[in-house]
Amino acid sequence: MASVQIADVRKAYGSTQVIHGVDIDINDGEFVILVGPSGCGKSTLLRMIAGLENISGGEIRIGPRVVNDVPPKERDIAMVFQNYALYPHMTVADNMAFSMKLRKAPKAEIDERVNKAAGILGLDKLLDRYPRQLSGGQRQRVAMGRAIVRDPQVFLFDEPLSNLDAKLRVQMRTEIKELHQRLKTTTVYVTHDQIEAMTMADKIVVMHDGIVEQMGAPLDLYDNPANLFVAAFIGSPSMNLLKGTIRANGFETEGGVIWPVGKHPADSNDRAAVLGIRPEHLMLDPSGLSAEVVVIEPMGSETQVVVRCGGQDLTCIFRERITAKPGETIKIRPDTSVTHLFDAATSKRI
Amino acid sequence: MTIAAEARTTHHLPQNWLVRLLDNKSFLIFLCLLPAAALLLIFLTYPLGLGIWLAFTDTKIGRSGHFIGFENFTSLMQDRVFITSVWNTLLYTGVATVGKFALGLWLALLLNNHLPFKSLLRALILVPWIVPTVLSAIAFWWIYDPQFSIISYVLVDVLGWRTTYIDFLGEPWAARWSLIAANTWRGIPFVAISLLAGLQTISPALYEAAMLDGANAWQRFRHVTFPMLMPILAVVLTFSVLFTFTDFQLVYAITRGGPINSTHLMATLAFQRGIPGGQLGEGAAIAVAMIPFLVLATLFSYYALARRKWQQGEDND
Ligand SMILES: Nc1ncnc2c1ncn2[C@@H]1O[C@H](COP(=O)(O)OP(=O)(O)OP(=O)(O)O)[C@@H](O)[C@H]1O
Ligand SMILES: [Mg+2]
Repeated sequence: MASVQIADVRKAYGSTQVIHGVDIDINDGEFVILVGPSGCGKSTLLRMIAGLENISGGEIRIGPRVVNDVPPKERDIAMVFQNYALYPHMTVADNMAFSMKLRKAPKAEIDERVNKAAGILGLDKLLDRYPRQLSGGQRQRVAMGRAIVRDPQVFLFDEPLSNLDAKLRVQMRTEIKELHQRLKTTTVYVTHDQIEAMTMADKIVVMHDGIVEQMGAPLDLYDNPANLFVAAFIGSPSMNLLKGTIRANGFETEGGVIWPVGKHPADSNDRAAVLGIRPEHLMLDPSGLSAEVVVIEPMGSETQVVVRCGGQDLTCIFRERITAKPGETIKIRPDTSVTHLFDAATSKRI
Repeated sequence: MTIAAEARTTHHLPQNWLVRLLDNKSFLIFLCLLPAAALLLIFLTYPLGLGIWLAFTDTKIGRSGHFIGFENFTSLMQDRVFITSVWNTLLYTGVATVGKFALGLWLALLLNNHLPFKSLLRALILVPWIVPTVLSAIAFWWIYDPQFSIISYVLVDVLGWRTTYIDFLGEPWAARWSLIAANTWRGIPFVAISLLAGLQTISPALYEAAMLDGANAWQRFRHVTFPMLMPILAVVLTFSVLFTFTDFQLVYAITRGGPINSTHLMATLAFQRGIPGGQLGEGAAIAVAMIPFLVLATLFSYYALARRKWQQGEDND
């Protein structure tokens, strides 16, 4: 177990720079999740931590040691690759046992650990198969198994659950979380899944085009997004964003609707801004703004409604059942204690 | 379902016997194989059969022979030159194959890395293979010449490690090693390029995974490269053994089996006895004696080559 410090790390492939100075501090035993749109450099960052890509600038420390020039095999890191990278000529059991065999661990210990990992991952019956005889999800689990039989300093997971079905994914999420609570191994985990990110992470790092947009505890990011990108990226369904201007009496959208907003700096009046309201922070209120119902999606526990207000579509999630039909008008109001304002020019939170 | 099936109309083509015959799968297979089979029969089976028949006769050039049973073979068993040629062939094949594979694999591994001028190097590697055998034989002739050999020149006049020029082709053992070296040189490109193709099919991610699993360079070679290369290695090995075992041109062009018949391979001896020597029956018998060795090599490769369980393709678990 070790902490990982990433200080002003940069990466360029030839003349194209793909990581532009990233700083992340990962404490010993922390579970950090990297999220961001496809191509933003998550895998690249992970590979740099593993030592599979050289670092064009900056410094990576694992524990007290600067590892910029330490070869991967000496970093004591286990990684689950986005494309699995299983050894095709080895059985499932051999794939998982390989690293321990190289370290000449006693046979009994190898068997014990492999069987235990296979049990956790539901691979008991597949131990004698070759990778080509497995489904995508099974391969992904073998790749997970190969990492968890080891007891490394750091785990790196690159979208390890992306190919599993919904049920297995929930189950594996719990397993990974439990495993982490038991082993307390520092973990860096890449995912596209909002729920995975919110439920598993101690800390979420939101990346975008090779920079870190924001990092922090999941709920912190959810409640206080630092900029428009994070606001739009975190949360599902995503935050409603309305362009307009801050006025003394509220927020005037481009469509001319005045929305009530919470407190904001007094000097911000007449500033071009973006108002962010999460779907679940909109509620029904007879004295609220008129909005035309466009789509209604009852989900059972809640109702998701798309409404049009001042020419803009907004998604709302109501706890109540709604009887309105598309085309009818309902009255809504935001919970002004949790609305967000962002500067239109800089995208930063106001 | 049933309604749809009933409603569908089938158009019957006029079914004459030719159409029905051509629809028959086994007949079609037979028909398609016929030209190839005929060609094989005429150009492969017939000469082979004739050769085997000749081996059991005392045919000479210009005189048809009689069936004499195993007489040719029993007399060959006593023939010192023939026995030497068998040992020579085995030595030649064994040592040259090991050499080709060791150097070929090394070259392939080297070329698989990021090198400057990689494509140029790859093209250069092929040179020994593309030049006609006889041309390279002549080159080796000069290299091995007792007076003008560049090797001797370097060793004696440049480095001063020796005082006398080496007589490469004048003594039996020197001549044997010289031929083996020449054959190895010619064979390396085939091995190197084939293995390079094999190496390039191995996903780099496997090496990355192995590195993270803690494997050093040797372990990565031993546990990833080698097993993944095994299938292609076995194919190339078989071909290489067959080519070397039946080699004729290089030896015949450089030494003609000399000095004093000490470098004859079975192939060159068969030719020597059969054509210039006129003893067609005996020459054929020597050639036929190669067959068991070749069958053995093929069988070995057949079993060694048997698809490994982990490979894609047919299900054999
Ligand atoms: N070998 C390479 N040469 C040039 N550019 C590369 C190379 N590898 C990756 N890139 C670029 O670096 C950027 C980051 O890639 P990376 O694989 O880290 O994305 P990612 O965040 O993991 O995306 P995804 O979520 O789709 O896996 C991409 O724009 C990609 O095109
Ligand atoms: Mg990726």
